[in-house]
Amino acid sequence: METDTHVYLFATCVVDLFSPQSGLDAVEVLEALGVTVAFPRDQTCCGQPAYTTGFADDARRVAAAQLDLFPQPWPIVVPSGSCGGMLRHHWPRLFADDPQRLAQAEALAARTVEFCDFVDTRLAASQVADTTPVRLALHTSCTARRELATHLAGRRLLAKLPGVELLEPEHEAECCGFGGTFAIKHPEISAAMTEDKLDALQASGCAQFVSADCGCLLNLNGALERRPTTLRGLHIASFLRSRLATRGAEQRR
Amino acid sequence: MTPDTESMRARAAILARLRAAPPVAAPASPDVAAGLAADGAGSGDAAVADFAACARGWRAEVIETTPTRWPAVLRDLAVARGLRSVLAGRDTELAARLPEALGARLRWYDEPLAAFKPRLFDAIDAGITTVRGGVVETGSLVLWPDVREPRTLSLVPPLHIAVLCASTLHPTLYRMMVRERWADGLPTNALLVTGPSKTADIQRLLVYGAHGPKQLVIVLVRDDRDGTGVPA
Amino acid sequence: MSGDRQPRPQDFKVQSRAALADPALRASFRSAMDFLVDKRAAQFPDIGAYERLRSLGTRIREHALAKLPELLERLEQNLTALGVQVHWAETPSDANRIFLDIAARHGAQAMVKGKSMVSEEIELNREMAAHGIDCVETDMGEYILQLDGDRPSHIIMPAIHKTKADVSRIFAEKIPGSAHTEDVDELIAIGRRALRERFRDAPIGVTGANFLVAETGSLVLVENEGNGRLCTSVPEVHVAITGIEKVIERLEHLPPLYTLLTRSATGQAVTTYLNIVTGPRRAGEKDGPREVHLILLDNGRTQAWRDQRFRATLQCIRCGACMNHCPVYTRVGGLSYGTTYPGPIGAIVSPHLLGLDATRDLPTASSLCGACGEVCPVGIPIPELLMRLRGAARRRPAPERKPLRDEGAARSRAETLVWTAWALLYSRARLYRWFSWWATRLRRLTPAWQGGWTRGRVPLRPAPRSLRELLAQRRR
Repeated sequence: METDTHVYLFATCVVDLFSPQSGLDAVEVLEALGVTVAFPRDQTCCGQPAYTTGFADDARRVAAAQLDLFPQPWPIVVPSGSCGGMLRHHWPRLFADDPQRLAQAEALAARTVEFCDFVDTRLAASQVADTTPVRLALHTSCTARRELATHLAGRRLLAKLPGVELLEPEHEAECCGFGGTFAIKHPEISAAMTEDKLDALQASGCAQFVSADCGCLLNLNGALERRPTTLRGLHIASFLRSRLATRGAEQRR
Repeated sequence: MTPDTESMRARAAILARLRAAPPVAAPASPDVAAGLAADGAGSGDAAVADFAACARGWRAEVIETTPTRWPAVLRDLAVARGLRSVLAGRDTELAARLPEALGARLRWYDEPLAAFKPRLFDAIDAGITTVRGGVVETGSLVLWPDVREPRTLSLVPPLHIAVLCASTLHPTLYRMMVRERWADGLPTNALLVTGPSKTADIQRLLVYGAHGPKQLVIVLVRDDRDGTGVPA
Repeated sequence: MSGDRQPRPQDFKVQSRAALADPALRASFRSAMDFLVDKRAAQFPDIGAYERLRSLGTRIREHALAKLPELLERLEQNLTALGVQVHWAETPSDANRIFLDIAARHGAQAMVKGKSMVSEEIELNREMAAHGIDCVETDMGEYILQLDGDRPSHIIMPAIHKTKADVSRIFAEKIPGSAHTEDVDELIAIGRRALRERFRDAPIGVTGANFLVAETGSLVLVENEGNGRLCTSVPEVHVAITGIEKVIERLEHLPPLYTLLTRSATGQAVTTYLNIVTGPRRAGEKDGPREVHLILLDNGRTQAWRDQRFRATLQCIRCGACMNHCPVYTRVGGLSYGTTYPGPIGAIVSPHLLGLDATRDLPTASSLCGACGEVCPVGIPIPELLMRLRGAARRRPAPERKPLRDEGAARSRAETLVWTAWALLYSRARLYRWFSWWATRLRRLTPAWQGGWTRGRVPLRPAPRSLRELLAQRRR
């Protein structure tokens, strides 16, 4: 068991504006594990949207604005895998020509932990309160899978929750079609990928699916709302919060 | 400009562009042996069995025999398949015993291709060749065609019969080329042949006999065993 | 997509939309790609061994590229000593002129050709036909496409978009005297028979080369059908054409690259033939070409090479694994790209061959999922290269840096402005807080139409309160 008592939460732009509940649930889960969560209020975005579109200078400007926000040597927990990969792998590349910022970026990269990874190493079976049987699928974003192996942490984590039956949809490792501005520049191709992903999720027989990536969730849920189904994707933090004995859960009871 | 001066101009331009780039230190020469999987055995009964199993997996037919009996095996094969004309090269290690094995079926490849083409393409049922060595890992044959055994001998006839000595097996292609120091001198055409020719170009359905031989028979001579005499 | 209108990279969006709307095509690509993905996976059961082999292959290619000018000269020296004539071509038309000159000197009216992507790149068949020379494809897949006036949709399995029924129809129409059949063995037998006399009679054989070995002056061809061997053995003249990047330093570098190539491409441990050609027919030999020519083509490769950030593009050994694993390629198929090299590798190679203007939609046609980079047997960081090309297509060429061809061609004032505004907003915390406060309050004013996003999804709408506000409330 790790013993950090404090962590930073880097919530990401998508969580802040479009999926704040996921961020709130992540905070509650982390607190239930006994850590104090600091949320630097000047944080905005990791810069990924501009970076992957080919506007590295703009991405650099945004990333640079984050570098001074995490002064304590605490882990930086990121509840969105592809953003975690951005901090871990691409920030050092962005500042390759700027020695001072490069050193900062590398130090931050070393402290960056994806949410599932962090929770997996600290969660004890005794903390699980709800064991209602549920059939679940796990969707992992591609960059989180390939840059951070988040799918493995996610599976380990779900395996610790009694009652959860994890299903594996067809082509589980394939992209959901989001890909940032790809979804806007090539909407038909993106939509075809998303439709196939949803077909596979629905065919798996899962009651809901979870993901640790908010970009994918926005994409998949945005398309699911156009389908005659109640199936929805949930951030894995929200699912965990519903299974653990957390402060928020008690208050709501 | 003539084509040659045109080519020289292009050469100069291409090399100049390459040289104009900022130089980068060349990485150390790659260590090939360290990156390849550990070798299996290259000799012994297990290696021979592995080779044969692998070659059969590629649809080659493998017939094991001894240094004394291979001509009889060849004769039986020719009879069983109804071969009327079997082509071979003169002066090879096999040549002396081929008349005994094949009789009137035997044809020698002793004209240049240009003159021989019509018959080679239309009137030969099988080509028989020696083999420089076998590769256990993949069930492959290494052929080095030469003045005695032209390259079309193992290519144009619909059946290729290859006589392989078990003593020439190597665990991998890499081991073989390093041990035999191929880099010091290659023939005009060195070949690794694994099974008969094939294609899957129509709906991924595998079909044997695309443009090369439709069938490959490996006569595997066990010259690696004690008491069975000299290599064939 | 057969017929007169050839697909073009400029029309990628139109072509890919048409392909997406063809359910039969999509199903056939999906099942073909799944098949190849599974076959490849079965060839690399041990991840540790695969990673060792792949890092060896990567190092061999990096090493060769680092020494490219030196290796090319060494290759040329060794080839010349063997009696091979080496030609250099900067452009496709240079290369075609060399072919025409060789054909003219031999009075050749016909050529037989083994599978060669570089010959597609220079549109050799069309150029030769324009000069009355019949250049016959002999790879079964390529032959089928040539008969039908179609193009390859995959670099390894060119006719993957054709069905048995298509081939049956094409053969019945185009090969005189062939019986109508949908039996694949019979169809291949028909192709074999039809091409056999071409092999016998053609004065010139044309091939590509998978590798060029500098230390021995060898051309290496990898194939299953035997047509490559026939092209390099039967005609009196053999002309090989390939890109300057194909050279490797030593013969012992070949086995690891060969096994990476065959396993990644078709999931085979080995192909039927590995054909190593070292010089023309020697004294006393009864067959083999009396003349061997090698044409080394640049066509944009030096542009990729001279910029360290793009050099890895040239590590490619043309296995096609990146396209087999690409969710975009799997859905739109190879013809949509309108380039010789489709899929992820095509998207990073084609901008150097054709310029960033014609190919501007190719680097963006990727969700950057990373599957291509993961399976590349020689470690090309394809997603990173895609991002760099996106950047190069959108930045103003700087005078101090040698630009790529058509650098900045996709630059638009609107897009640049959007990202400048975005960077301003997200790099100033107070401005962002002000923005998010208003965005959440005015969420009902979010437009219902949001460009490509709402084509298949409900509109994006900010939450009623941002996370930072919710957390602030919670702490109170």
